[in-house]
Amino acid sequence: MTTIVGGIGTSHVPAVGAAIDNSKQHEPYWRPYFDKIQPAREWMAAAQPDVCIIVYNDHASAFSLRLIPTFALGVAAGYQPADEGYGPRQVPAVQGHPELAWHLAESLIGDEFDITMVNEMDVDHGLTVPLSVMYGQPSVWPCRVIPICVNVIQYPPPSGKRCLSLGRAIRRALDSYQGSDADGLRVAVFGTGGMSHQLQGERAGLVNVDFDTAFMDELIAEPDAGCLRPHTEYIREAGSEGIELVMWFVMRGVLDDEVDEVFRMNHVPTSNTSNGLLILQNARG
Amino acid sequence: MARARDYDDIPGTYVFDGRRSQQGYQLNMFCMSLNAEANRERFRADERAYLDGFELTPQQRRAVIERDWLGMLQLGGNIYYTFKLAALDGLSMQDVGGAMSGVSGAEFNQMMIDGGRPVDGNRRTGEAPVGQMPEPPSPEIPGTAEHSS
Repeated sequence: MTTIVGGIGTSHVPAVGAAIDNSKQHEPYWRPYFDKIQPAREWMAAAQPDVCIIVYNDHASAFSLRLIPTFALGVAAGYQPADEGYGPRQVPAVQGHPELAWHLAESLIGDEFDITMVNEMDVDHGLTVPLSVMYGQPSVWPCRVIPICVNVIQYPPPSGKRCLSLGRAIRRALDSYQGSDADGLRVAVFGTGGMSHQLQGERAGLVNVDFDTAFMDELIAEPDAGCLRPHTEYIREAGSEGIELVMWFVMRGVLDDEVDEVFRMNHVPTSNTSNGLLILQNARG
Repeated sequence: MARARDYDDIPGTYVFDGRRSQQGYQLNMFCMSLNAEANRERFRADERAYLDGFELTPQQRRAVIERDWLGMLQLGGNIYYTFKLAALDGLSMQDVGGAMSGVSGAEFNQMMIDGGRPVDGNRRTGEAPVGQMPEPPSPEIPGTAEHSS
């Protein structure tokens, strides 16, 4: 059986990736953020997950309006960083875990989550920035990755409730995994995106830290209530791109009902975004 | 008449729903094509000729040529798509955010450093303004009643 080492909620701001790639971490704009996340990186170094399941959204990179899967699961052996319009990030390629990914596909669909299976896709900042947040700039990513891509760009995205249920179905799949490396396989799960931000329109730049704090509190303590928040409330209170936060509920669903908060950080601004980072572990009873 | 949505009263916000997706499909797929360096080179070399390969409306075509970032949203553009064009021009998200809200990129960046645009006064169209009150979006959406453009 696999071991769930923890759940990570993190924004996936492209500018964070650019700051790391271009060695700007020590500049005055960036230093406070990178200082704040250092304990999270130390936690990650100690947790040593073998596999990270990263729930993220594609931003017109692998998918476009041509084809819009609500939930897509990467089953490939590897994924290349995407060219999002300004050249791919200079980061290592991402190594997949086909055996566990196919088990997830089989288990999820048996569990009535009719997920899209993907053999070829490039991964954009939505997936690679969270890796950079937690690992910095290694020459090879120290974990395998299973991408789970959620549509949050073409309205309507899935509900928070559906995302929480998907997380719980992923947990059932992890608990039933009997693959060649199943014994003691260490798994972390990322829910990415958010926090409050709006990139578009005359209301661009909206930030609501009170919302972000309340969101984290509710995600931890009352996910079954928090997941019922209507989409319009996210858009109104947390900005049109704040809707990405529904993906954090997938992460939450993988964990036990009772969790311990290991780390929490919120930093404003990073680019146009309220930048959050949260680490949860199953409660130690 | 198209059904009203409960997010239609959020000011300065263009929710990318099916109405906008229909309207902006060609515009967004033009932007999507800029993911390939070869296409970026062709576009830089001759913007108008490149745009001939997409069935844009005259208004969409003009908005692209003039880099009217807000206009593109009003014509069905999605920010993640239109930002590819902005990146090609070397613009940052703060530059585009400023252009859409009527300030410079530097002023927009300073607003972010000062804590961002407050939600108070910006939840609903017609709410008492706090700070800079955005104008409501002009609903140039096919099928909506009042403005069938």
